[in-house]
Amino acid sequence: MEYLYSAIIILVTILLAVPLGRYISKVFKGEKTFLDLFEPLDKLIFKASGINPLAEMDWKQNLKALLTINLVWFIWIMFVLLTQRWHPFWNPDNMLSMEPTQAFNTAVSFVTNTNLQHYSGETGASYFSQLLALVFLQFVSAGTGIAALALLYKGLANRSTRNLGNFYYHLVRACTRILLPLSIVLALLLLLNQSPMTFKGSETIVTLQGDTVSVARGPVAAMVAIKQLGTNGGGFFGPNSTHPFENPNGITNAAENSAILLIPIAMVFALGYYLNRKKLSYIIMAVMSAGYLMLLIPTIVQETGGNPMITQMGIVQSQGSMEGKEARFGPVLSALWSISTTVTSNGSVNSMQDSFTALSGAFQMMGMQLNAFYGGVGVGFINMFIFMIIAVFISGLMVGRTPEFLGKKIEVREVKIAILVALLHPLLILGGTALASHTWMVTENPGEVLKWLNNPGFHGFSEMLYEFTSASANNGSGFEGLGDNTPFWNISAGVAMLLGRYIPIIGPIMIAGLLSQKKYIPESAGTLKLDSGMFGVMLFAVILIVGALLFIPALLLGPVSEYLTTIR
Amino acid sequence: MIKNLKSSLILTVILILMFGVVYPLGIYTIGLVLPSNSVGSPIVRGGRTIGFENIGQSFTDDKYFWGRPSAVNYNAASTGGSNKGPTNPDYLAEVQARIDTFLVHNPGVKKDEIPSDLVTASGSGIDPNITPNSAYIQVKRIAVVRNLPEAHIKALVDQSIENTVLGMPVINVLKLNLKLDELK
Repeated sequence: MEYLYSAIIILVTILLAVPLGRYISKVFKGEKTFLDLFEPLDKLIFKASGINPLAEMDWKQNLKALLTINLVWFIWIMFVLLTQRWHPFWNPDNMLSMEPTQAFNTAVSFVTNTNLQHYSGETGASYFSQLLALVFLQFVSAGTGIAALALLYKGLANRSTRNLGNFYYHLVRACTRILLPLSIVLALLLLLNQSPMTFKGSETIVTLQGDTVSVARGPVAAMVAIKQLGTNGGGFFGPNSTHPFENPNGITNAAENSAILLIPIAMVFALGYYLNRKKLSYIIMAVMSAGYLMLLIPTIVQETGGNPMITQMGIVQSQGSMEGKEARFGPVLSALWSISTTVTSNGSVNSMQDSFTALSGAFQMMGMQLNAFYGGVGVGFINMFIFMIIAVFISGLMVGRTPEFLGKKIEVREVKIAILVALLHPLLILGGTALASHTWMVTENPGEVLKWLNNPGFHGFSEMLYEFTSASANNGSGFEGLGDNTPFWNISAGVAMLLGRYIPIIGPIMIAGLLSQKKYIPESAGTLKLDSGMFGVMLFAVILIVGALLFIPALLLGPVSEYLTTIR
Repeated sequence: MIKNLKSSLILTVILILMFGVVYPLGIYTIGLVLPSNSVGSPIVRGGRTIGFENIGQSFTDDKYFWGRPSAVNYNAASTGGSNKGPTNPDYLAEVQARIDTFLVHNPGVKKDEIPSDLVTASGSGIDPNITPNSAYIQVKRIAVVRNLPEAHIKALVDQSIENTVLGMPVINVLKLNLKLDELK
C-alpha cells in the first residue's frame, strides 16, 4: 500500500502544480486573479512603505533592494535571538538568550531560507522568537526566492530593455498571494489532524507507568505549514516532522510531503505559461523528474531492504530499516520524504537522515549537491537556469555556432558568470569538508576535545560532508549526530549558507539583466531548440557531468565506503 | 540607498506584524473551535491529564505493552532520535542488548520473530505507535503476567489497529495500555 501512497502523493502534487503554475504566472505578470481581495492590502503596504510598486528597476537596482532588505531582516533576527530572555510575552518556558555564534548561525540560516538548526526548538527558542523572527522569515525568505525568479522570468521574456520589474512588488505579492493562502489551508488541515496551536507552555504530567514528564508544545500548526510550503524546513521541535505534534498521521504526512514539492514544481509550469512555451516547461519538468526518480527509487530499495548489520544479528527486517523512523510512516514513506526534502532544499525530515542505510545517505547528499531537481522555491529553477546556460553553451561549441538561449545570444560574460556560480557550490562543500576534516585530524584526541562526531569511521566523515552540503545548498537538513553547536560549525556553516544563497541569486539576475538588453533573434534552422527532447538529454548530461562528477570522490570516501563494509 | 533602507525598514515592520503576529493569531483563533486538538489532544482520567494521544510514553513494566526504544527515554521536553549510523559498533551493541532484553522478558519468542521496530529507536524519541506485529508478539507475556486468557488480549490488539489513510497500520501503545488496565 505504501508504494501506492507514494505514487498518489507525487501524482496529486503534479496535478495541483499545473493550475498553481498558471496562477503564479498571472501573479508575476500582475494579471487579474481570484485572490484580488488582497489588492487593497498590498496597496496599503506599499503606500505605508513609500514604495511605488510599478516603478521598473534594472538588475542592479533590484539586487540592491533585495540585499538591503535581507540585511535588515538579518539584524532583526539577531536582535530577537540575543535578547530572548527579556522577551516581554510569548516566552512561557523562560528560554534564555542564544549564544552569539549560535544566534549568528540561526539568523543566517533563516534569512537564507536554509533553516539549518543548531538549536533545538523546544529547549532553545521562545514562542516570541519562533513567530516574530522564524515564522516571519520563513515567509519573506521564501518570498525573496520567488521574487528573484519573477525578475529572471521577466529578463527572459524581455526584448531590448533594461527593466526587470520591481523586486518589492514581487516580494509582497509572493507572500500575500502565494505563500499566505496556501499556508492557511495547510495549517488548518494540520489542526484538524491534532497538530497543536497553543500559547500555553509545556505541561507536566504523570504517565500511566508513574513517570513524571514535561511535554513541550506551542503554536506548532502555523509554523509547520509555512516551513513546508516555503521550502524552509525549520521545525518547531528539534526532530522536526518526526515529532507527532508536527506530523501526527498519514494524512498530514502526505499533505506535508506534497507541500514540500508543490511550489518548486509549480514554478516550472509557471515558466511555460509566462513565456508561452509550455513544451519547454514539460522538457524541464521531465529532466527534473528523471533526476528525482533516479535518486528516489534506489533509496526506497535500500531502506526496505533493512540494515544488513542488523540482519546479520538474526533479526528479520520484513518492515525495513527502522532506526530513526516512525512506525506510522515506515521505510517507504520515509525514503520518499528524505529525497523530496533534499532535492528541493527544504530540509525538514520525517525520519532521521543520519540513521538511513549507507547508500541512502549518498542519494540524499546528491540531491542537495545537484540542487536543481525541482529545487527551492524560486531558487531551484534559478539553479536549473545556470545548468541550461551551460548546456546551451556546450551544445553551441559542439556544432560551432554562437549559442542562443530563447532568442538571445549567449556570450562570454554570461557563460563566465554561469560557470562561476556552478563551481561555487562544489568549492563550498568540498573546501568546507576539507577544512573540517583537517581540523579534526590535527587536533589531538578530537573525540574528547571537539566532540563533533556521533559516529566513527566513514560515517563520521559523511556527517561533516553532509553538513557543508546542506549549508551550501541552503537545505537545512542534517546528519544530526554531528555536534554542530560549536563556534567552528556555527561560523563556517553560516558563511557557506550566505555565499550559497546570494551568489546563485546575484549571478543569474545579472545574466537575466544582460539577456534582457539584447536584441531578439528569430529562430532559424541552425538554432538549438530548447523545447526538444534532444536538449532535455543534453541538459541532463550536463547536470550529471558538471554537477555530480566533482562530488563522486567525496561520496566514495563517505557513504560508499561505509556501504562496502556491510557486504560480507 | 537611504530611500531603499527606509522603505525596507517600514516594509519589514509591516511584514513582521502580518506573518509573525496576525497569521499565527488567526490560525490560533480558528483553532479555538477545536479546543482539544489545539492544546495537543490530552487524555484526561479523573480530572488529571495522564498523557497526550500522540505523545508516546515509556513502558518498561512487563504488564504493559512496550513501545519503541527511545534515544531520549521518552523525554517529551527534549525530543530526538539516536542519529546513530547504520554501521556504528556502539549502536549495533545497543541493538543486540535490546534483543537480549526482549528475549529474556518474552520467553518462547524466537529471535527471528522480533519485529525490527521493537529494537530500533524512533526518530522523535516519543513515537506513540508500534506495528501490529510488535503488539501481537507481546500478547503471551502480558497474558501470563496479568493472568488473563491470551485470546482476550489478542482481541484487544485486534480492535486497536488503526488504519490511517496514507499511513502505515499502527497501534497506539498508550491507548492500548489504557484499555488493558480497564480489562478485568
